[in-house]
Amino acid sequence: MNDAVYARRRKVNALMFALTAACAAVSAGSLLMILGYIVWKGASSVSWAFLVNLPKPVGEQGGGIVNAIVGSAKVVGLAGLVGAPVGVLGGVYLSEYGRGKYAFAVRYAADVMNGVPSIVVGLFAYALIVHPMKRFSALAGSAALAFIMIPTVLRSTEEFLRLVPGTIREAALALGVPRWKVTAFVVVPTAGRGILTGALLALARVSGETAPLVFTAFGNRFADNGWLNPIATLPHTIYTYAISPYEDWHNQAWAAALILMFFVLSVNLAARLWLKPS
Amino acid sequence: MKRALNLIALAVLLAAPAAARMKTLNGAGATFPYPIYSKWFDEYHTVKPDLQINYQSIGSGGGIRQITERTVDFGATDGPMTNQQQFKVDGKILHIPTVLGAVVPAYNLKGVEDLKLSGQVLADIFLGRITRWTDPSIAKLNAGAALPDAAITVVHRSDGSGTTYCFVDYLAKASAEWKKKVGVATAVNWPVGLGGKGNEGVAGLVKQTPNALGYVELIYAKQNDIAYASVQNKAGKFVKASIPSVTAAAAGAAMPKDYRVSITDAAGEAAYPISTFTWLLIYEKNPADKGEALRDFLRWMLKDGQTMAGALGYAPLPDSVKAMVAKTIESIK
Amino acid sequence: MTAERAGDRLFRMSVAGFAGVVPLAAAALAWQLARESASTWKTFGPAFLWTLTWDPVADVFGALPFLYGTAVSSLLALLIAVPLGVGAAVFLTELAPKRLADLLMFAVELLAAVPSVILGLMGIFILVPLMRALGSPYGVGMLTAGLILAFMVLPYITAITREVLLTVPRPLKEAMYALGATRWEVVRAVSLPFSRSGIVGAVFLSLGRALGETMAVTMVIGNTPRISAALHDPGYSMAAVIANELAEAASDAHLSALVAIGLTLMAVTIVVNGAARLLLYRLEARG
Repeated sequence: MNDAVYARRRKVNALMFALTAACAAVSAGSLLMILGYIVWKGASSVSWAFLVNLPKPVGEQGGGIVNAIVGSAKVVGLAGLVGAPVGVLGGVYLSEYGRGKYAFAVRYAADVMNGVPSIVVGLFAYALIVHPMKRFSALAGSAALAFIMIPTVLRSTEEFLRLVPGTIREAALALGVPRWKVTAFVVVPTAGRGILTGALLALARVSGETAPLVFTAFGNRFADNGWLNPIATLPHTIYTYAISPYEDWHNQAWAAALILMFFVLSVNLAARLWLKPS
Repeated sequence: MKRALNLIALAVLLAAPAAARMKTLNGAGATFPYPIYSKWFDEYHTVKPDLQINYQSIGSGGGIRQITERTVDFGATDGPMTNQQQFKVDGKILHIPTVLGAVVPAYNLKGVEDLKLSGQVLADIFLGRITRWTDPSIAKLNAGAALPDAAITVVHRSDGSGTTYCFVDYLAKASAEWKKKVGVATAVNWPVGLGGKGNEGVAGLVKQTPNALGYVELIYAKQNDIAYASVQNKAGKFVKASIPSVTAAAAGAAMPKDYRVSITDAAGEAAYPISTFTWLLIYEKNPADKGEALRDFLRWMLKDGQTMAGALGYAPLPDSVKAMVAKTIESIK
Repeated sequence: MTAERAGDRLFRMSVAGFAGVVPLAAAALAWQLARESASTWKTFGPAFLWTLTWDPVADVFGALPFLYGTAVSSLLALLIAVPLGVGAAVFLTELAPKRLADLLMFAVELLAAVPSVILGLMGIFILVPLMRALGSPYGVGMLTAGLILAFMVLPYITAITREVLLTVPRPLKEAMYALGATRWEVVRAVSLPFSRSGIVGAVFLSLGRALGETMAVTMVIGNTPRISAALHDPGYSMAAVIANELAEAASDAHLSALVAIGLTLMAVTIVVNGAARLLLYRLEARG
């Protein structure tokens, strides 16, 4: 009798083990499937010409996506240049001085902004920049992405700064170094890797954002068009090509997806591997 | 950290200076003429290398909206602006006809080569009254065709569209019920169907969905090997969309001064009933350098541009209209 | 000494200033949306939220079809992703050898980094034909959107649930083992009940993500503002209608209605995320 019960318990255990293992396999395996499929579909269309040429007129075969590559670099680059420092400095405030109502408001707002759908942030950038300036622009796209980046970087910076042991601060202060110098030259560098990782991950995330760019960056057939003109980006290009009826554009969408994926994953990998040793 | 920042800064700086020398005109709107417009702007860039004309095909509704807000230098539409829309504009917007095109009922049916439809049947399908391909009213028009015993997947536009305008303008002329229940605009409240974004999106959906019926500009059906139906015209003839049949539809129309004319359901034996002009929307008064650039382009469009229309399935403007447009162009400042 | 203090104050004020960007942006965002959607609320009142018609010709707007599509596709996503994610997290935390768990966890985290437009691309070209082959009339629809969304939120559920499970005190588990319990029995009797509120928090957080997801949904939901009980029928979502129609809303009323949908969407996600934080806060306090 007891043996039977025990055997049943063992069976349930084995069954659940297998079931949860299957869940884990699906979760992790879907990444491999997605990656594999993109490489399979995209690799054949990626060529040097694809990377350095402008798109052909609609319906003609060939052409490239240099406009989208340059555009994404510009839009995401500017968003990072603005968003990362603002987020990091704000995070310094939260971790080093962050008590009281003001800090609570900042934290609360950051959590709210982190949860706000990116399309709504795009709506905001449209109303804030596109509408008053009377033009779609790279600048508006960057602003939308920066708005998404800042709260993320702010919170991750705060987290990493909190990991810096209080004794380090105290030791430096005891030497008579002014507090701001301790923060800027001792505390922040100690958490430097973590902070940078957080910023890089945020950058990787916004580089794949499409929704906030649809009505801010808008799209452009040309690559060299400054900050105040519409601009193409990789995710937006993937979107428009994917819903088009043209086979050639479908292939180009896969190729563009491969490039975007390569960038996003390399930044992710770099950030994570780099963080590890510390 | 520093190195990464330097790299980003470098990339940004590299991209920036080229822009200063380049003049840009931004336009947005109709997806209907997008293939010919992108061809024109591509060719024109080789004629005038220091001018980039960037055109985004977001739909005619978007074209009207964005030119009204002046977020673009020119708009494009294939449903003319209504009086109410024009009333809201600060300034005067000209409609410049560029080419003529046809909206075709594109379908995805295995083994059906030449579907025939009438305006009434099309209206009933899009009203949800006819739901299956084997409906007697379709069968009557297509004796002998192997119509599948399947539901019709109706596909329409999800965005504001001049293609929609032209199509429903025709449906409203063919069906009183359509006129009453749905009406005519660039975006309507569709009784049935799936929404696709742009002519591109509808063509994509039709192509990928068996037993689908949608409506797209002729070139999108042609470029993508999507079958399209003949439509019964006012004279009772079944006509397939083509350059001659579209030109025939325009032949009878008296062009008003502001170019806002509908040529759907045109008279004439050879006329294709769902034809339309497509227009660029341009302010009469523009910032100095832009007015000149626009004028130059439009002159080129009337001369060299028109010769490219045929290859892409659009009908060039009739000579009488060209002469009118040539005068209008000179009034742009 | 005073010089130092001045330097400190300057530093503190300036970093506080940078921190202030965030609440400022949040307030400006809310204000902008409220202002631009005011005419919609004035015209239709709260009935905007339960009106079925979306008719740009007659300028009559109601958000119900979009609320419905968003809710149904998100709930479907959770229905699929929650059991999968929790199961995966249990395996990764309690059952798998550590090295394997680390490796799999790494893959799951990278899955979270896949841009949504790429999932949409996979949706259009793999999932939609697949759904059609399985008998869905259109291929696109709310169920397809739910499936794509499930892939998007799966990593969140897995990662957070794993974090939660890791906070279960060892002695509790060891006590059970000492009684001769199998691993699964420990999971069922100790780990999962102990982690319940954290897991619910993870679910809410994922719901917040799913509600606001735009591109992947726009690409596969069918973009049809109608309410249908059949899950494989096409629908529309709040985020998708904004993405499709904002740049081309022909009338001011149309634009205002879209912004009103944006405001609604933001309000809903704030509530959902707030609930998630409350539930996860207990966890943070613990761990």
